[in-house]
Amino acid sequence: MNKFQRISAPISRALSRHMSQMRTVTLIPGDGIGPEISASVQKIFETAGVPIQWEVEDVTPVRGPNGRFGIPQRAIDSVNKNKIGLKGPLATPIGKGHRSLNLALRQEFNLYANVRPCRSIEGYETPYKDVDVVTIRENTEGEYSGIEHEIVPGVVQSIKLITEPASNKIARYAFEYAKANGRSQVTAVHKANIMRMSDGLFLQCCRDAAEANPDIKYNEMYLDTLCLNMVQDPAKFDVLVMPNLYGDILSDLCAGLIGGLGVTPSGNIGTDGAIFESVHGTAPDIAGQNKANPTALLLSAIMMLRYMNLNEFADRIERATFDTIKEGRHLTADLGGKGTCSDYTNEICSKVSA
Amino acid sequence: MVFLRAAAARLGQLAPAITSRAIGTSATNNLVAFHEPVSRPQQNIKCTLIPGDGVGPELAECVKAVFSAISVPVEFEEVFLSEIHHTISAPLETAMESVRKNGICLKGTLETPLSMSSGELQTWNMRIRKDLDLFANVVHIKSLQGIKSKHNNLDFFVIREQTEGEYSALEHESVKGVIECLKIVTERKSRRIAKFAFDYATKHDRKKVTAVHKANIMKLGDGLFLRCCQEISQLYPSIKFEHMIVDNTCMQLVSNPHQFDVIVTGNLYGNIVDNLASGLVGGAGVVPGASYSSDCVVYEPGSRHTFGGGAGKNVANPTAMLLCAAKMLHHMNLHYYAIQIRDAVEKVIKSGKVRTRDLGGYASTTDFLGAVIAHLPH
Repeated sequence: MNKFQRISAPISRALSRHMSQMRTVTLIPGDGIGPEISASVQKIFETAGVPIQWEVEDVTPVRGPNGRFGIPQRAIDSVNKNKIGLKGPLATPIGKGHRSLNLALRQEFNLYANVRPCRSIEGYETPYKDVDVVTIRENTEGEYSGIEHEIVPGVVQSIKLITEPASNKIARYAFEYAKANGRSQVTAVHKANIMRMSDGLFLQCCRDAAEANPDIKYNEMYLDTLCLNMVQDPAKFDVLVMPNLYGDILSDLCAGLIGGLGVTPSGNIGTDGAIFESVHGTAPDIAGQNKANPTALLLSAIMMLRYMNLNEFADRIERATFDTIKEGRHLTADLGGKGTCSDYTNEICSKVSA
Repeated sequence: MVFLRAAAARLGQLAPAITSRAIGTSATNNLVAFHEPVSRPQQNIKCTLIPGDGVGPELAECVKAVFSAISVPVEFEEVFLSEIHHTISAPLETAMESVRKNGICLKGTLETPLSMSSGELQTWNMRIRKDLDLFANVVHIKSLQGIKSKHNNLDFFVIREQTEGEYSALEHESVKGVIECLKIVTERKSRRIAKFAFDYATKHDRKKVTAVHKANIMKLGDGLFLRCCQEISQLYPSIKFEHMIVDNTCMQLVSNPHQFDVIVTGNLYGNIVDNLASGLVGGAGVVPGASYSSDCVVYEPGSRHTFGGGAGKNVANPTAMLLCAAKMLHHMNLHYYAIQIRDAVEKVIKSGKVRTRDLGGYASTTDFLGAVIAHLPH
């Protein structure tokens, strides 16, 4: 039984029939290779007949009425209206004075959970086999609260903020995700042996959520122990839930296990909306040369389809993608092939329509 | 090829160091360090032994057995210390007094109780490091022949600041349900660890130091750490300096670990990198480490797990502890014994006949110990 076959087929079909009216999704192509890989995703979706229409938005910072640079209001309105967005890589703007766009989007839409499923890809070999891990990261507080000050010269204090509401929210979401995706175990990752109160509070919230979901197995693990075990035997982990910094580290570590950020999807879930994105860089050196690998954005878009309950389309496109990688004839250079972005896209399209 | 050459170069550097120390006592022979020393120290060298929790006591026994098999002139001052079995533990102060007096210590790992009934936020592990000012933790990540792992020929050091940062034990509940946890980074300690790392790299003939941080998010705290590393690096023009964000470091470690030579980092990141890297070469049972202050040194396993589940079952792998002991003997200038022990352990692992469970076999701790002792000269 495929773990990804989350809902039984008849229900899923009924759902997708119910959802089959056109839905609008905001598309933020991003910088560098962003436009190419976005076009690739759009083409594959169109071929598959996915009932989605795109509202393409540019998020290049503009000067707001208060004189500060920020995301254009139009883009914010679009995501607010559609509740769902797909986003390519954004270049970190050089120069200071405005917050990072990623952070801005995160705060604007209250995206509290970052979800990254990392699954070994057949046909793209790494030393690690059978990886199938989902990292769920608290995305609004913790070490990234941005509260820092220099108390006396040469002594800096950074504050890690852990609150009960945010911890409860992420813990509950982890269990919801596990249930909805046919996962059997949730592991809370912490460092409560040294940060007894803050990580202790986080753990307590996870335990409460575990109690409410007795059908999902629950355990706890120290961050260091988990890292040690993860590189030795990644197959024994399932869903991981953790505070911000640990999640940042572990999600990249897990991506490394399956071949890097170029093949890892990512979703940011908010209270009433979600943004799915590829988390790799903008690769300005190959931008516009038809060499980019759209896999991460495509897999993120597939996550988005599942979020929208368009599971049939998600499964079909996912199968086509993995088959294409497995066959290995039209891979881009970063996956060890000689193909172009459009070769790869066309191959997936032909498999989708087959 | 590159690795062989690098290893040969390193050996070349090492050999004169060993012989020059031994030359005062005996002959002109180049291999002198590998022969039994003509003179032994006048009296045994004293050293504190803290077995620790979990499998610690069993592993400490292994070290003692190996030491007595080749009559190593070391006398242990054993202090049983345990935070979870506090009723039978020696007072923390006794242990620290002993380490201060002897200047050298071999230590297992102390388990940390999760409950905080006393309200004390500092664990004993933290207090030992702070009170003795053991600021630098060095873990040597080195592939051992005979251990199946995903990457081979790894050989790098992870140097971790371990007296401040996230391990400051400063936490408070500002309002109900909101907890603030302070991470402290100071210029003095950042410069100190950076200097230590570059000195260590120089001494061990390493070419590159990589500072691992998260200064893109923690601009002030980690920014200060990074700036100190950059400033210190200017004083060592022959050593290359790089810096890398911690999440990327973890990704690089699992996909391309050969790029690292010496890593220097803060407390929590160090803890993560130590463990991740240990996982790459065979796990907690085989990686030795050491913590240094300006006047004492504590040898302890590189990734600190008590393996409580294996306690008393005779299943733990004593390799990490034995390699720690060998490193400690080098520190005491007892190179002859150190090399004997290291060689014996490496031979046993390379032959692959006696493997403990963590290495995929079913041998017991005592089987492994017996094999090591059989490889020692008699």
